[in-house]
Amino acid sequence: MGWLLEIKESCFIAWEAIRANRLRSALTALGIIVGIVTVTLMGMTLEGLNVAFRSNLAKLGAETLYVQRIPWEIRSYQEWLRYRRTRREFDWFQARQLERRITNAAASTLMTEGRFTVTYRDRSGSRASVIGTTADYELTTGVELAEGRFLLAQECDGGRPVCVIGSLVASNLFLNESPIGKRMRVASESVDVVGVLSKRGSFMGQFSLDNQVLVPAKFFVEALTRDSEFSLQIKARSAAHLPALEEEVRAVMRILRRVPPSAEDDFAINQQQSILDSFGRVSTIIGSVGFFISGLSLLVGGIGIMNIMFVSVAERTREIGVRKAIGAKRRVILIQFLTEAATICLAAGLVGLGIAWGVSFALASTLPVSMSPGIASLAIGVSIAVGVISGFLPAWRAARMNPVDALRNE
Amino acid sequence: MPLISVENLSRRYLMGGETIHALRDVSLAIESGEYLAIMGPSGSGKSTLMNLLGCLDSPSSGRYELNGSRVSEMDDDQLAEIRNREIGFVFQTFNLLPRSTALQNVELPLVYSGMPAVARRQRAIEVLAQVGLAERMQHKPNELSGGQRQRVAIARALVTRPSIILADEPTGNLDSRTGDEIMSLFAELSVNGNTVILVTHEEEIARHTRRIIRIRDGLIASDQTNISPPPTPGAHTDTGQPMVP
Ligand SMILES: Nc1ncnc2c1ncn2[C@@H]1O[C@H](COP(=O)(O)OP(=O)(O)O)[C@@H](O)[C@H]1O
Ligand SMILES: [Mg+2]
Repeated sequence: MGWLLEIKESCFIAWEAIRANRLRSALTALGIIVGIVTVTLMGMTLEGLNVAFRSNLAKLGAETLYVQRIPWEIRSYQEWLRYRRTRREFDWFQARQLERRITNAAASTLMTEGRFTVTYRDRSGSRASVIGTTADYELTTGVELAEGRFLLAQECDGGRPVCVIGSLVASNLFLNESPIGKRMRVASESVDVVGVLSKRGSFMGQFSLDNQVLVPAKFFVEALTRDSEFSLQIKARSAAHLPALEEEVRAVMRILRRVPPSAEDDFAINQQQSILDSFGRVSTIIGSVGFFISGLSLLVGGIGIMNIMFVSVAERTREIGVRKAIGAKRRVILIQFLTEAATICLAAGLVGLGIAWGVSFALASTLPVSMSPGIASLAIGVSIAVGVISGFLPAWRAARMNPVDALRNE
Repeated sequence: MPLISVENLSRRYLMGGETIHALRDVSLAIESGEYLAIMGPSGSGKSTLMNLLGCLDSPSSGRYELNGSRVSEMDDDQLAEIRNREIGFVFQTFNLLPRSTALQNVELPLVYSGMPAVARRQRAIEVLAQVGLAERMQHKPNELSGGQRQRVAIARALVTRPSIILADEPTGNLDSRTGDEIMSLFAELSVNGNTVILVTHEEEIARHTRRIIRIRDGLIASDQTNISPPPTPGAHTDTGQPMVP
């Protein structure tokens, strides 16, 4: 008898047996359902976070360095406070010095940020994120314009009072009129709008990238605030040039900030890789916590299945005797009960998968989770495996039964 | 060569520290086509002998050859295969699978022998018709009378065309009229060339067969040709030879 045929026959038998004990099977399956829901949700969360992170990171570019006062990777609030206290600000002057002295860069962009109230005539928008930068910003971040143009190099060098606004600022302040050429206010300063950015959406559903106003960095420093934190984005010619560029930046920065030779850096050279690394650590933690919880519920569920299968084997001792008497070999009986256990678990797995699918819709607004074929097959594979493993001992007992004793059983 | 050849077959059970000799040094030969009864009081070892002849159990000592194969030296799975191919069981309590229809019950031995689905369905329908249940094939056991259940069990025993039909008290759970119907079905099977072995404690039942082996305390007490079986149309005349134990 072929394996496939044997399993097919066993599926019919198993289905009959499960139908005959619907309530009992359903109750036993609860543990497995919970386990599969956790496995699936964990998988979806990890995968969703991964996708969101990578797509957001891709915008940063792999061959770009970010020179700042504070590193991206901070393990605690205390650590952050310590950096704030002990490190000098990376200011407008230093940023420009650095930009001027670097020789290995393909491009670089200055950036600073602050929150100010923006107004147009009598309309006052809420506070917006005002970014002081240079003309290169358009290239290095890849923003697109819906209307008008970006800041020009001459405007940036001269610190002209001009701005490019995000789509949310545009729709908040300008009703039924084009913002281009209009004079609006940032804090108490008048600036002329030269361009409007295309809608960019939000970062992981949290804060809007469209509530922005871009002005020349020089204007930002001279008109808005003097003591603002800067960062310098430096693009290497290629990823291979990155280590040399990093060395050069480090050397120049130590001179600019007068760091004694024996002291460690009092600034940070950030890059995408460090975020990826710490993200990797976070997902490992989520993964192992999820693995522990789902492993525990699957273990409990599996013990329940084993128990119910022992009961099923005991109840059907006579049936096993009859089957053996008319020619069922050990393997056939073994497969029959393994299939039964696996079928209960598979049904539980499908229910769990359905529940997780429903939950993923509820979560979709806050987390970028979705059910992928990979996760669905993982859940199905896990549930079948739990069934086969926990059904093995009872099935083995059934397979080894002596037919005479089994037939004598009342 | 006889179909069944048994030499010095013994079966001992260990109960606590005590050895129970359920069967002691039994020797016998059964030819193909015989219709015989194994008789004896309760506890004499009839079922033990039937389990050995039916390859459900292995002897403690002795030799058993069935259709030329040395059954006494086989392992579990080989015995299962022999049972499937050579033996059809009919039990006192029918032993049908309660959740399966008559047809599914009869098909089951063919499932285990690996016959393709269409062929085995056809064969099962054929045998059910032969035992007079053509109209009841889709019924489950609890929708059938006792006599009908035993007919399903007989169809299940016949479906693989086994060398031997082994029936342990097949009328024990039936009223006498239904019992008679079942007995005439066995007679008919015998006439058609099947080897039929009945285990019973009722003289009335044993009277239908053409050879009666009586056992007592695990020994063969007598082995006789039945001189006056009730007349069956076209019955064979060459019955098995009486054997000296
Ligand atoms: N599994 C067993 N364990 C111990 N003793 C048994 C077992 N089966 C049968 N016996 C004993 O063997 C003897 C013969 O039993 P059995 O063949 O069932 O008799 P019968 O079918 O003629 O009534 C009895 O004494 C019975 O108690
Ligand atoms: Mg008995």
